[in-house]
Amino acid sequence: MRPLDSIRAVGSQFIQGTPHAHALGMELVSVDANTGTLKVPYREDLVGDPDTGVFAGGVVTALLDQVCGLAVMASMEEFTSTATLDLRIDYMRAAQPGKAVFATAHCYKVTRSVAFVRASAYDADPADPVATAQAAFMLNSNAGRKPGANLKPRTTRPSEDKA
Amino acid sequence: MSENVAKDQLEAVLARIPYARFLGVRAELAGDEMTAILPYAERLIGNPMLPAIHGGVLGAFMEMTALIQVSISEGQARQPRPIDVSIEYLRSGRPQTTFARAEIKRVGRRIANVHVEAWQEARGAPIAFLRGHFAVTPRADAG
Repeated sequence: MRPLDSIRAVGSQFIQGTPHAHALGMELVSVDANTGTLKVPYREDLVGDPDTGVFAGGVVTALLDQVCGLAVMASMEEFTSTATLDLRIDYMRAAQPGKAVFATAHCYKVTRSVAFVRASAYDADPADPVATAQAAFMLNSNAGRKPGANLKPRTTRPSEDKA
Repeated sequence: MSENVAKDQLEAVLARIPYARFLGVRAELAGDEMTAILPYAERLIGNPMLPAIHGGVLGAFMEMTALIQVSISEGQARQPRPIDVSIEYLRSGRPQTTFARAEIKRVGRRIANVHVEAWQEARGAPIAFLRGHFAVTPRADAG
């Protein structure tokens, strides 16, 4: 089964399997071949500036990272581990207090080891974004590392360590 | 600025940000240098297999480090707002405490340019960098 079919089958549970996405209350809105949309409902404990009641920039950062990862996974023929290589975000305006924030990503190019993604976050109208992002992801990022690898002390010298 | 005033100011800035409490961000001051501290919590995980800290969490943490550093070292009438950030990931974030330090490269009347570095067991082996521009609003009384 392609990752896209599995994601469709389990819906938001797929996102909630990521502990941090679950902690932020992220929900799956839609997913298709190489695109996806996620949502974070408004919550007061995620506010960055109590004077304005606006979502913290970091919430949008985490949402954009997650939705880019979703679009990468939806482009894959089989499940692979992914890791963000870089993420660039432009913040156009503050999200409206009290409103959910959505983010849509498009994975537009996949090579053997890297996936390239563009994304934007918005509250009411996708044409009036809160933020836009451009990201690159490493594919098969767990390569050669077994589950729990990060629980063991680092054995290699920092210069030899491959993230 | 005396060290105690700076420390009080730092605590006041942190206490006022609900999202800082959600992440569990703390901070320590050594002179005018602040180290932000993100203690490990299960809810910060992005890859449960390794397990590794969520890339978005590291980005958010470094962004907050930049905001707090600008707020305490440049008197601000309101919280600085991010304009753009560029985050580079060098190593996976392990399930342990993460540290970050921000360096203000330039601050003008409207914009601050800030570089942030995050590390875990060794400062010499950084796990991520952030470079960003932040909109600032200097307080009228700030020099």
